[in-house]
Amino acid sequence: MKNQYVYSKKLEVKNLSCFRNEQILFSEVNFSLVPGNVLFLQGENGSGKTSLLRILCGFRLADEGEINWGDKKVSGMPEYFQNISYVGHKNGIKDELSVEENLNLMRSMASVSDIKTENVLKEIGLFKRADVISRQLSAGQKRKLALARLMMTDNSFWILDEPFTSLDKTSVGFFETLIKQHISRGGMLILTSHHDIDLSGLPVQHFSLSSQANV
Amino acid sequence: MDIKLLYHKFSSPPYFYRIAGLWLPYIMGLFVTLFIAGLYGGLIMAPTDYEQGEAYRIIYVHVPAAWMSLFIYMVMAITGAIGLIWRLKLAEIVSISSAPIGASFTFLTLVTGSFWGKPMWNTWWVWDARLTSELLLLFLYLGVIALYNAIEDKRTAARAVAILALVGVVNIPIIHYSVEWWNTLHQGPTITKFDTPSIHLSMLIPLLIMAVAFKLFYIGSLFMRVRTELLKREQKSRWVSELLKIKK
Amino acid sequence: MFKTWLQIFKRDLLIAFRRRSEIIHPLIFFVMVISLFPLAIGDDKVLLQKIAPAIIWVTALLATMLSLDNLFRSDFEDGSLEQMTLLKTPLSFLVTAKISAHWFITGLPLILITPLLATLLYLSSDTIMMLLLTLLLGTPTLSLIGAVGIALTVGLRQGGVILSLLILPLYIPVLIFATLALENTVQGFSAEAQLAMMLAVLVLAMTLSPFAIAAALKVSLN
Repeated sequence: MKNQYVYSKKLEVKNLSCFRNEQILFSEVNFSLVPGNVLFLQGENGSGKTSLLRILCGFRLADEGEINWGDKKVSGMPEYFQNISYVGHKNGIKDELSVEENLNLMRSMASVSDIKTENVLKEIGLFKRADVISRQLSAGQKRKLALARLMMTDNSFWILDEPFTSLDKTSVGFFETLIKQHISRGGMLILTSHHDIDLSGLPVQHFSLSSQANV
Repeated sequence: MDIKLLYHKFSSPPYFYRIAGLWLPYIMGLFVTLFIAGLYGGLIMAPTDYEQGEAYRIIYVHVPAAWMSLFIYMVMAITGAIGLIWRLKLAEIVSISSAPIGASFTFLTLVTGSFWGKPMWNTWWVWDARLTSELLLLFLYLGVIALYNAIEDKRTAARAVAILALVGVVNIPIIHYSVEWWNTLHQGPTITKFDTPSIHLSMLIPLLIMAVAFKLFYIGSLFMRVRTELLKREQKSRWVSELLKIKK
Repeated sequence: MFKTWLQIFKRDLLIAFRRRSEIIHPLIFFVMVISLFPLAIGDDKVLLQKIAPAIIWVTALLATMLSLDNLFRSDFEDGSLEQMTLLKTPLSFLVTAKISAHWFITGLPLILITPLLATLLYLSSDTIMMLLLTLLLGTPTLSLIGAVGIALTVGLRQGGVILSLLILPLYIPVLIFATLALENTVQGFSAEAQLAMMLAVLVLAMTLSPFAIAAALKVSLN
């Protein structure tokens, strides 16, 4: 069993607003998340879930409001961003590289490298396809490859945007277990998902964006 | 009054909208007065140049326009940087609203330069160092405007444009220097244009008046553009709807 | 930090090797456009000799610009860029790895093929040496400046045309210094001053543009 996370702190989102083309996407979003907790972000299509996650990752700038990590503003705090593991709509893998090369790259850039690429390949069931160029993988296999970065990191804050798109049942089960391990180590997770996802036994907060917009 | 407070107040859209609206008539009024005075001084009172005859009088438009073209680029870059760093909406809008005005002044400089060249060199265009630099400045302006229009989200566009303008500012001295060098090596025209070291006072004063008039015109038209842009950007906010209610 | 730099550098070289056509196309463009000139002008040795440096440099400028198109596009589209911003190594440092790799696979071949093209345009060996020197000093600058433009337009649909509007004016000093250096060489003068300027511009571009590129990429991600 792995150790508890050292760099897990309280996340606080205050009065966050986001506009797109001068239209309000969401406004006055408030929530907080403490170590060892999951935030399940819900909302209709177009309610701004992805935008909110991208703001948390620093890809997008919030138009109003602030994000605090351990009572400090995250802007100008690189440690906060370096502690994020993000899997978004885009897989972040290179089509031209083989499965193994992609994993090796992820591993060399991740914070820990004590897990062998070989083991990762076996666990996600791509061991026999290690030398295949990623372009030739199925959508589900690509997704597994993208999610594999979660196995090779020591980051305590995970942000997952529709992580289980096109995954089969076994794989979903595998990553659910991975999430449970992560949370039990004091990790934090914010995710969106249209799939049924089994987070039983975990402290899950539900937060809905669309109901915010209606208020 | 505390400077920081003043700064926050002035950078708030509704406050700026109101103040700019109040000042606008005075600025434009002063501009018209100075413009007429400058034109009268330059075209009628100033003596004829013994070398260039009456044609030199185009400097009363050409030179102030050339000054403005560079000045506005600087304003655009500096306000762009302020918008980029402090995320000040007003600075972003001032920056991008300056671009078309600056481009127009640059264009005016080129056109008047060409009018001046016709009687002097008997040709509409000469690859003179200053005219060439001015042409390149126009290209820089056009790039800024094109980029702004291409990006759909206007706040993102303003930030992109600010980066481009800053890169441009670093490049302008290098461009200018390279063009000067290129010009001396390629044996440009022997008469150095617009280089009037010992200009007579009666010629200089109208020129300075015109320069001030042009600055006022820039400020006036900038205020108008910024006000329109503010209304457009903030159409959903309370102050705009209140403003519209009063108007109704 | 340097390990990550090297990883990105190697990754880009490997990807480029697997997508060779992207390296070769700008090179073919370069060769074809240059050979259009003798066809359009006629086999006039004196005239071709005179304008050859200008032809080669203007074409190199355009070829560099074309080749830059994919510098950040695939990373932007497949999400690698997002992942890169979350790494411990600053983005402004990582982009230099990408640009270096890109220069190795597009700039260097262009320089290597130039002697051949210069011979077709009847340049003397002295001039060819100077041409290579100016290209060696100039093309990295073009890549660095062009990368700012690419970073600003990577998210746009019609990025190509706008890109040329943005960066061609910024390319002018390099073009002027290089062609002046060549002109001096042809006339038998020293070109040291121009080369020194080109070096200065290169150093300036190396110091400042990575920050502009990183900032521009972050704006494009928004």
